[in-house]
Amino acid sequence: MIKLEMEALPENVAMARVVASTFIAKFDPTLEQLTEFKTAVSEAVTNAIIHGYGDKRDGEFVTLTLSSDNRKIKAQISDRGIGIEDIEAAKEPLFTTKPEMERSGLGFTVMESFMDEVEVSSKKDEGTTITLAKELGEQQ
Amino acid sequence: MDIQIKGKVLVVALMGEIDHHAAERLRVQIDSAFEKSSCRHIIFNMGEVTFMDSSGIGMFIGRYKKAESMGGKLVLSNMSEAVMKLFNMSGLAKIITHENSLEEAIKKHGGSM
Ligand SMILES: Nc1ncnc2c1ncn2[C@@H]1O[C@H](COP(=O)(O)OP(=O)(O)OP(=O)(O)O)[C@@H](O)[C@H]1O
Ligand SMILES: [Mg+2]
Repeated sequence: MIKLEMEALPENVAMARVVASTFIAKFDPTLEQLTEFKTAVSEAVTNAIIHGYGDKRDGEFVTLTLSSDNRKIKAQISDRGIGIEDIEAAKEPLFTTKPEMERSGLGFTVMESFMDEVEVSSKKDEGTTITLAKELGEQQ
Repeated sequence: MDIQIKGKVLVVALMGEIDHHAAERLRVQIDSAFEKSSCRHIIFNMGEVTFMDSSGIGMFIGRYKKAESMGGKLVLSNMSEAVMKLFNMSGLAKIITHENSLEEAIKKHGGSM
């Protein structure tokens, strides 16, 4: 298991992608699987920073935990931010609470189409944990 | 990033990773170049883009609106397979034109090479 704790800064999302890519690479994924995994992690970490913490990100952290069960790769992304009030609504394509920031409301749609499992657990004012899982299948 | 003006077309060559952090910077630079020019269209060369997530989609929709307000179009050329997948998923394909090569894109949309 790998645990990465990063300050809630937009420039740290690139670091999260590198760590996620390096983690999945040792399972010999296809290039497509690697890209999908890294993109889904990028979506969740970005959301934690810009929605979870927003302007109050000073001194706050996002945690990325990577683990595996045979060839099922898991990434868990947690923040202690504002939480999501209506999870079902948040998952709807094109739903965004920040249209003024040119968000397109597609992060959850990307996570769901690139991963096999997307689990959201969130509580208002306490934070959000996203659990993503991808089954790599037989080694190529 | 490299920005050039070819007739009525602002040609923007993007490089590297387009995530939230990069998109924040790109939108400012592209808008300022577009507003200073007398261009109507924006054509992106995506050939050197190595990564993109939904923050990139939002950035393109925003630039599409700018071009549209000038009666222009937004065209993406040279997309990799991974970027193309995101492009199709987002519904961007309905409003933003895609061309295989930059040359074709410029030729069709009135810029001179
Ligand atoms: N970690 C989080 N904490 C609080 N709210 C969140 C979190 N993640 C997502 N949300 C909420 O869910 C909504 C949908 O998220 P999603 O990633 O699908 O779209 P977006 O981030 O708004 O736009 P995009 O990802 O296309 O730039 C967000 O607008 C936000 O309201
Ligand atoms: Mg998002």
